[in-house]
This record gives sequence, C-alpha cells and structure tokens, in this order.
Amino acid sequence: MFFHPKLFKHPEFKLGLRDIAPQAPGVAAWGLMTGVAMMKSGMSVFEAVAMTLLVFAGSSQLAAIPLLVAGAPAWVILATGFCVNLRFVVFSLHLRPFFMHLPRWERLTHAYVTADISYVLFTRRFHAPGQTPEEQRAQEAYMAGSDCLNWSSWMVSSLVGIVLANFIPPSWGLGFAGILCLLGIQCSLASSRMRILASAVAGVAAVVAYALPLKLNIVFAIAVAVVLCLTLERFKERSMSTPTPMQKGNTQTGGQHERRD
Amino acid sequence: MNAVIDTVFAGTDVWSLAVIVGLAMVTVLARGFFMISNQPWQLPHWAQRGLQYAPIAALSAVVVPEIVMSQGELITTWQDARLFAAAAGVLIYFAKRDVLLTILGGMAVFLPLHLLLGW
Repeated sequence: MFFHPKLFKHPEFKLGLRDIAPQAPGVAAWGLMTGVAMMKSGMSVFEAVAMTLLVFAGSSQLAAIPLLVAGAPAWVILATGFCVNLRFVVFSLHLRPFFMHLPRWERLTHAYVTADISYVLFTRRFHAPGQTPEEQRAQEAYMAGSDCLNWSSWMVSSLVGIVLANFIPPSWGLGFAGILCLLGIQCSLASSRMRILASAVAGVAAVVAYALPLKLNIVFAIAVAVVLCLTLERFKERSMSTPTPMQKGNTQTGGQHERRD
Repeated sequence: MNAVIDTVFAGTDVWSLAVIVGLAMVTVLARGFFMISNQPWQLPHWAQRGLQYAPIAALSAVVVPEIVMSQGELITTWQDARLFAAAAGVLIYFAKRDVLLTILGGMAVFLPLHLLLGW
C-alpha cells in the first residue's frame, strides 16, 4: 500500500527508500536477468509481462519456467512455487505482530510486496512491534518506502529484460542465467549440514526419478529430502535424550515431544 | 498495429495464464501466511521443522536436472558448459556470498564455452 498519502508523506517512508537504495542495482540486475530468462525459455511476451506484474517473486518465477515449458500439471508448478517460497512463510510469522493492527486486506497487501531484502532491512531496524498508533504508522511507512523502491526497480528492470530478450538469439542460452540465480539462492540457504544433505538428496532424487510423468520428480524429490531429514532429526533427538537417572527433566520433555507429534 | 498485437500474444495460452494467476496467489499465500487469520496460531512441530528443509530441496530438485541432464538423459560427457558454469557459480557464491556475482561469474564461464567451443 505504498501509494497511500498517510504513508508516503511520512518521514519514515523516505528512510525506507534510503536504506534500500544501495540494494536497488542488485535487485534491478536480477530483474533484468529474470525478464531475459522468461523470454528465452519460450514464454510469450504477454505471459512474461503478466508473470512479472502478478507473481513478483523471482525464485518461484524462475523455478516455474522449466515446468511451465515442459507442460507440467498446474498443481505441480504451484506446489513447487510454494515450496520455493516457504522462506516467506517464516518471514510472515516474524512480521505478523507488526501488522496485525491493520485490516486483513491491507496487511496482506503489505505482505505481498515484501520480498527478502525489505524483510531483512525492516527486522534490522525494528526489533519490537509499535506500541502506539504513531509508532505503528512509522513502521508501516518505513516498510512501504523500502517495498516501493524494491518493487519499482524489480518491475522496471524485468520489463526492460523482456524487451531486450528479443534482440538476443536463443542459441546463446541466456536462459541458463535463471538456473545460476536459483543455484545462488540454493547456496545461500545451505546454512547447516542437514540442509546441505536435504539439497544433495533432493538433487539426486530429482535426477533418478526424472522419468516420472508430469514433472512429478520435483515433488518426489522434495518429499524424499524432507522426510529423510525429519527422520534423521528424530533419531538425533532420541539419541541425545536417552533417559539416564540424572536427566529426569530431559526425558519428560522428550516424552511431551512425542505426544505432540 | 495488428503485427504488434500478434507478436505480444503469440504462443500465449489460457492454461499458462491461469497458472501465472495461481502463482501470484501462491506469492500472497506464502508471504502473508501467518497474517491471514485474526487468531494467533502455530504450525505443528513437524511442519515447522519441515520449513527448514523444503525450500532448499525444492530449489535443488529444479536446478540439478537442468545442469546435468539433456533431453531427459543424464549427460555422459564432461564437455558441457553448464557443468563448469555451475561449479564456478558455487565457488563464487561461497567466496563472495553474493547471488548477483554468482550469476555474472557463472555466465562469464558459460558463454565462452557455449558460444566458442560449442559445449
């Protein structure tokens, strides 16, 4: 809702703009590349523009392209997009207390335009939800400011990329830039041994099960990796909370755990 | 004018547009997931833990086949520009921690191999 005067006239709006400004060229370069990648993977101009304007989520757009081109069923594409977007589910839990005072459609609009960088900047600046209406307004205005610049630089650069793509021959294989982008995000998520394991297992499973119809190898690979990692976690928890006479407290929490699951 | 309209809409089909609208709703659902309900609520424990692994698994499941397969078969040659570009991309990411540099560096390896050597 960054076009609301009560927000863009607020001094915090400018602050939000200023804080995200150093990130804008990076966002623009990524948008440019996504625009080119969409066109070079065989989408029509109208589809690419619609995807840019509506979806506004680079990683799920890029993940959807090969599936869309291969004619995978809609639910596989949507489920893959949702899984790639699951990091935002975690963000929404974090941001919830900051925006719950707003009516539902307003807070969902804020959530819709809040991508990774705005989330990081916002949570770096504000550690606790505003207590007074003024504080809440200031936080909302800051978020609106950073979302505004992030959104505009993404949109403009993606649309420029869609136009530029027409002048680049498909034989250059520039669509591969989209895969490299996903690879980079994948590396950025590899923050623990278990996550690296999940990544390796899913990659192998997706190749092994490639012959499955309807691109179901993607869903299969995600399921195998997640189930395997959750099972390993259970084993680890259990081996760490092996009941000994000294650790009565531990055993109790372990027990509660199992009942909850 | 008609030619422009033809170019813009060429290859557009209703099914793809429906999927695109669906993906937009997925964006709203994911980014606003915990803001939809007015009541505070929690995911079950297993789902919270699953959030740790599903995103990287989904990316890997999409990315790896796009690097090591062509026409539905595992590639049998190492002379493939994608392998070198991906390896360079991973190295650059862990050296610089920057997705943009990963893309640029990977493409700087990919394009010469692909265009000059035909890999």
